[in-house]
Amino acid sequence: MNDRSKQLRTPLKNALGLGSAKHGVHHFVVQRLTAIALAFLTLWFVWLALEMLHLDYAGARALVAQPFNAVLMLVFAVATFWHTQLGLQVVIEDYVHTPASQLLLQVAVRLLCFLGAAASVFAVLRIALGR
Amino acid sequence: MPATARPLSPHLSIYRWQIQMITSILHRATGIALAAGTILLVVALMALAAGQEAYDGVRAFCASWIGLVLLLGWTWSLAYHLLNGIRHLLQDAGLGYPPKRFVFNSWLVLIGSFVLTALVWACVLAQGGAA
Repeated sequence: MNDRSKQLRTPLKNALGLGSAKHGVHHFVVQRLTAIALAFLTLWFVWLALEMLHLDYAGARALVAQPFNAVLMLVFAVATFWHTQLGLQVVIEDYVHTPASQLLLQVAVRLLCFLGAAASVFAVLRIALGR
Repeated sequence: MPATARPLSPHLSIYRWQIQMITSILHRATGIALAAGTILLVVALMALAAGQEAYDGVRAFCASWIGLVLLLGWTWSLAYHLLNGIRHLLQDAGLGYPPKRFVFNSWLVLIGSFVLTALVWACVLAQGGAA
C-alpha cells in the first residue's frame, strides 16, 4: 500500500474543493460575510430606530432620506434578507426530511426573502428620492 | 417515523442540560424569530414610503400591547443573535474553545443579551415610551 492507493479523491477533486454538494464553502463564506456586515449595521439600525421614536412622520422620513442613512438602510435590508435566507435554508435542511416539502419550503423561503429585499429597497428609494 | 429500524445517535433527551446546548439552540431559535421580524421591517419601510396614514398605523401597532411584547422579544433576539454571532465568528477564527473559556463566553453572551436589551429599552423609556 503506497500513499497513492490510500487516496480516494482524485487530484482534480482536491483542487476544485467543491465537496459533495458541489458548492464548496460558498454558503459558509457568504453567511459569515453577511454576518460581519450585519454586526456593524445592526448597531446603526438600533440607533436609527431609537431616533425615529421621538420624530413625527415628516422627521422620520427626512432622517431615513438622508443619503448616509438611505444607503445603509439599503445595505442593511439586502444583507438581512440574504443572511435570513442562508440561515433558514440550513434550518430546513436539518429538520425537513420529506423531499417534496423540503423543496417547496426552500423555494418559498428564497422567493419570500427576495420579495422582502426588493420591497425594502423600493421603499427606501421612494423615501430617499421623494416620491 | 423513519422508514428503517437502523440505530440512531442519542438525541437531546439523553444529555444533561448544559449552557453550551442552550446557547446553540437559542442562536437558531432567535434566528427564526428574527426572520419573522423582517416582516415588520418591510412593512415599516413601505409605510414610511407610502405616507402619514400608513406610518401612523405601524406606530399604533408598535405601541399596542401585542406590538410592545413582539418588539421586546425581537430586541432580545437581536441582542442575543448579535452577541452569539460575534462569538461564532471568533470560534471560526479558532478562539475560545478550551472548555472553561467556552462555558464562560456562553454565559457572557446570554447575560450580555439581557443587559443590551435593558439598555435599549431604557433608551425607549427615557424618550417617553413607544407612542
